[in-house]
Amino acid sequence: MTRFRRIAPLAVGLIAIPMMAMADGLPQLDFKNKLTVYQVVWGAAIFVVLYILASRTALPKVESVLEERAKRIAGDLEGAKDAKGRADAGIAAAAAATAKARSEAQAAINAAIETSKAAAAAQSAALNDRLEKQLKEAEGQIAAARGAALAALPGVATDTAVALITRLTGAAPDGARLSGAIDAAMVARGASR
Amino acid sequence: MAAEGHGSIDALSQFKLEPVLGQFGAALHISQANVMMAVAGLLTLGLLWVGMSPRAMIPGRLQSAAEMAYETVMNMCIEQIGHEGKKFFPLVFTLFFFILFGNLLGVFPLFFTFTSHIAVTLALSTFVFVFVTFIAIKEHGMHFFSYFVPKGIPAALAPLMVLIEVISYLSRIISLSVRLFANMMAGHVMLEVFGGFVVMLGAAGGIFFVGAGMPLLVNVILIGFELLVASLQAYVFAILTCIYLHDAVHLH
Repeated sequence: MTRFRRIAPLAVGLIAIPMMAMADGLPQLDFKNKLTVYQVVWGAAIFVVLYILASRTALPKVESVLEERAKRIAGDLEGAKDAKGRADAGIAAAAAATAKARSEAQAAINAAIETSKAAAAAQSAALNDRLEKQLKEAEGQIAAARGAALAALPGVATDTAVALITRLTGAAPDGARLSGAIDAAMVARGASR
Repeated sequence: MAAEGHGSIDALSQFKLEPVLGQFGAALHISQANVMMAVAGLLTLGLLWVGMSPRAMIPGRLQSAAEMAYETVMNMCIEQIGHEGKKFFPLVFTLFFFILFGNLLGVFPLFFTFTSHIAVTLALSTFVFVFVTFIAIKEHGMHFFSYFVPKGIPAALAPLMVLIEVISYLSRIISLSVRLFANMMAGHVMLEVFGGFVVMLGAAGGIFFVGAGMPLLVNVILIGFELLVASLQAYVFAILTCIYLHDAVHLH
């Protein structure tokens, strides 16, 4: 106990002296200087003013510029997308027009071929008809000529036979017998034909 | 950042707060930290105002920078918090650029680094903590407290687990603020110490004068490193805020 009484002030001194030295030494811990506390008070005021000015005026300014730029970029991208869409539509329209023109041309070609085929067919049909008609006429003429010739034949045959018999026998043949023989002959020949 | 004294390096006086703006500043207790805060705020707003003033469809350099700043933080919010992240975007943006410009300005010689003050970082982290908790309670009401009860633990362990969860939740204030404060302070102390070596060796003259090149080279490397730390710590602060907001909005 007595020993403790002797040691205690020493211990207190050992701890207290460096702390006092620190307090004296470090201007940051010198609270006897009013400025140490007042710098915080003024600092708080400066900080508050800085915060208000930054949040009300300075930072919104940056924000508005950044937003404007983002909007502009988005708008430009949108415009580019629109232009691309229009270009794609144009390409599609051109392709469609080409395809249409090609099919129309093909149709026109086909129609022309059909028309000319029909015309050629009509022409050849007309020609055939005419030839047919001419052939029929010719056949009719031939038949008429033949008929005329055949009709003239008994007369000629009778005349020839009368002349022949008269020359050979010196007497005129019996007319009835002769015409009968000629008719029989004519029938025989006609049938044989 | 001035090293003087009798052969010793005074690495801490650079963090000392002094009244500025004459009597007016002294009466209102305005220190150089507040001037740097205002400059950081003006740089943030200037980047956006001046950068976005052309409102160009194809941005120039400064407008690109402003838009990149906007989009980086916006992506961070949406990736970390989800689509609700847009709501918190202005706050995260302000936090990120306030801290980023505060850190970066501090790398300039003779400029004060307000993020090297625990009071400032603690205020920022406390604000984030209170805001996150407020959002969580607003979103989930009393259900928010289920956040402290991990699922699928034995009932006997529950009180212990809840205690651990609560402590870990509260320690966010400390970890968030001390991380930023310690990183910034350590970097500036290192710069000061090596800067002091340069001055001391240079003043010693002779062969030491040549030797002063060594700490100078270290300082050149450290400046580059500090630029990295300055950006990284601002990013870490912002992304942790986002992660905490995610937890607040979604609970786990």
